[in-house]
Amino acid sequence: MTTSAIAASGLRKAYKDKVVLDGIDLDVPAGTVFSLLGPNGAGKTTTVNVLTTLMRADGGTARVAGHDVVTEARAVRAAIGVTGQFAAVDELLTGRENLQLMADLHRVPGDGGKRIVAELLERFDLMESAQQPASTYSGGMRRKLDLAMTLVGNPRIIFLDEPTTGLDPRSRRTMWSIIRDLVAEGVTIFLTTQYLEEADQLADRIAVLDQGRLVAQGTPDELKRQIPGTHVRLRFTTAAELDAAARVLADSKRDDEALVLRLPSDGGTTSLRALLDRLDEYSISAEGFSVHTPDLDDVFLALTGHTTEVVAK
Amino acid sequence: MKSPSIVMLRRNFKHIARNPTTVFNAVLMPVVVMLMFVYVFGDAFSVGVDYVDYATPGLLLLAVCYGLGSVAVSVNSDVTKGIINRFKVMDVPRSAVLTGHVIASVLTNLLAVAAIIGVAFALGFNPSAGFLEWLGVIGVVVLLSFAAGWLTIAMGLAAKSPETAGLAAVPLVMLPFFSSAIAPTDKMGPGVREFAEYQPFTPIIETLRGLLNGAPAAGDVIPALAWCVGVALVGYLWASSAFTKRA
Repeated sequence: MTTSAIAASGLRKAYKDKVVLDGIDLDVPAGTVFSLLGPNGAGKTTTVNVLTTLMRADGGTARVAGHDVVTEARAVRAAIGVTGQFAAVDELLTGRENLQLMADLHRVPGDGGKRIVAELLERFDLMESAQQPASTYSGGMRRKLDLAMTLVGNPRIIFLDEPTTGLDPRSRRTMWSIIRDLVAEGVTIFLTTQYLEEADQLADRIAVLDQGRLVAQGTPDELKRQIPGTHVRLRFTTAAELDAAARVLADSKRDDEALVLRLPSDGGTTSLRALLDRLDEYSISAEGFSVHTPDLDDVFLALTGHTTEVVAK
Repeated sequence: MKSPSIVMLRRNFKHIARNPTTVFNAVLMPVVVMLMFVYVFGDAFSVGVDYVDYATPGLLLLAVCYGLGSVAVSVNSDVTKGIINRFKVMDVPRSAVLTGHVIASVLTNLLAVAAIIGVAFALGFNPSAGFLEWLGVIGVVVLLSFAAGWLTIAMGLAAKSPETAGLAAVPLVMLPFFSSAIAPTDKMGPGVREFAEYQPFTPIIETLRGLLNGAPAAGDVIPALAWCVGVALVGYLWASSAFTKRA
């Protein structure tokens, strides 16, 4: 039997007349990674704030670790760890002092605290800068220190609000491998992200959030089946050429205005060569050619009929 | 076992130690102001007594106010840098974060007050207060510092940025000049005089002055205590609600 680490139903929240959450239902089984995917302004952080007791929803209920977030807020706080969008470290304290502060607040007795601090510094590769004030840390180091501070209390449920936004690709990969290690220890993770790739890499289940509503939910594979896969785009100079190409290439989709033909493809060299050979055979030449892998925009276009740009307004 | 309030207080002390300008503002500035008034302007005022005896009670109050700007800024950076949210999602009593700031503020104030008293004696301050009166002086200073501390913390929590938080404390620094701290109110122009007579700092200063001369008047003590308790209560309630609201 699996139990729910996080369960929410009908969460609503509005700021004045702007609806931010419009009836959110969630169920995250213990020991899994759940990712909330959405563009800026979709309501990801508000959802995290409600689930972590920082903010009270206008309607709906939520239970985290079996406790109601409103009536049993303290029990919820004792069970969770939260790493927000902006690294919440004390800049005037050193890395070691930041971690010790957390150990003291969790009332870890004497030497136990020192040991945990040393372990975390080691694990997050922060030992060298342990005596430096956090204000001197790079973005990636700060994020690591932030996550390490979250882990001091050994929480079983961790909320990560856009843990890699603004990080360079290398720091992002480091973050991913840290998250995978946590999952291996059986921690439940609630992750918000703007990156489809990140959700795909880490999550067991993904929910897509758009203007305060969940527009899709499922495993990464289920979700990808709903969106256009990798495809090839051929751009032509005249409508006649487009017509000709559309006739010889089966299951292509045409866009008459842009003079573009879209074909599903696996993006591999064999299939691409076959496609080019076929065009050659009929003496059709395209003006432009590109291989397109789906991104968040495609997900949104497929699931909501509009792109993330529209949402951001 | 260390209580969360003590842990937070220790954090605030580390902040102060690593940010020496806050100590300069809180402790040295009032002393500089004191030297300026006593040496430069003092003899120009005719207040009936030795000027250092007249001005010291008001300068004690000024010493409390000068420390508040940095308290507002430090509370506000906790909010704007996001660390307060970290404390809020931990199973730590919510009061601990704010009491840490209040106690640190009161202790810095006491340091500044001690400096002022020390310099005052060096300048020839000669109060007639006995042991009990001195206890009374300390009590009033602590109460005022506590009240002003809560109000400042509320302003720090409510301010949008550290810069505005710093500005929010400026009226508290200016207010003593429009009271009986530096010059007797009956020598002030119309309008200012009425303001000076009825603003909260005047009865507090008069209470301190009375205690140091050995004879406080009940007409000053009661409003002084009422102001302190009132300001503390408003500050505390405002701070608590601002703390809950800012997520």
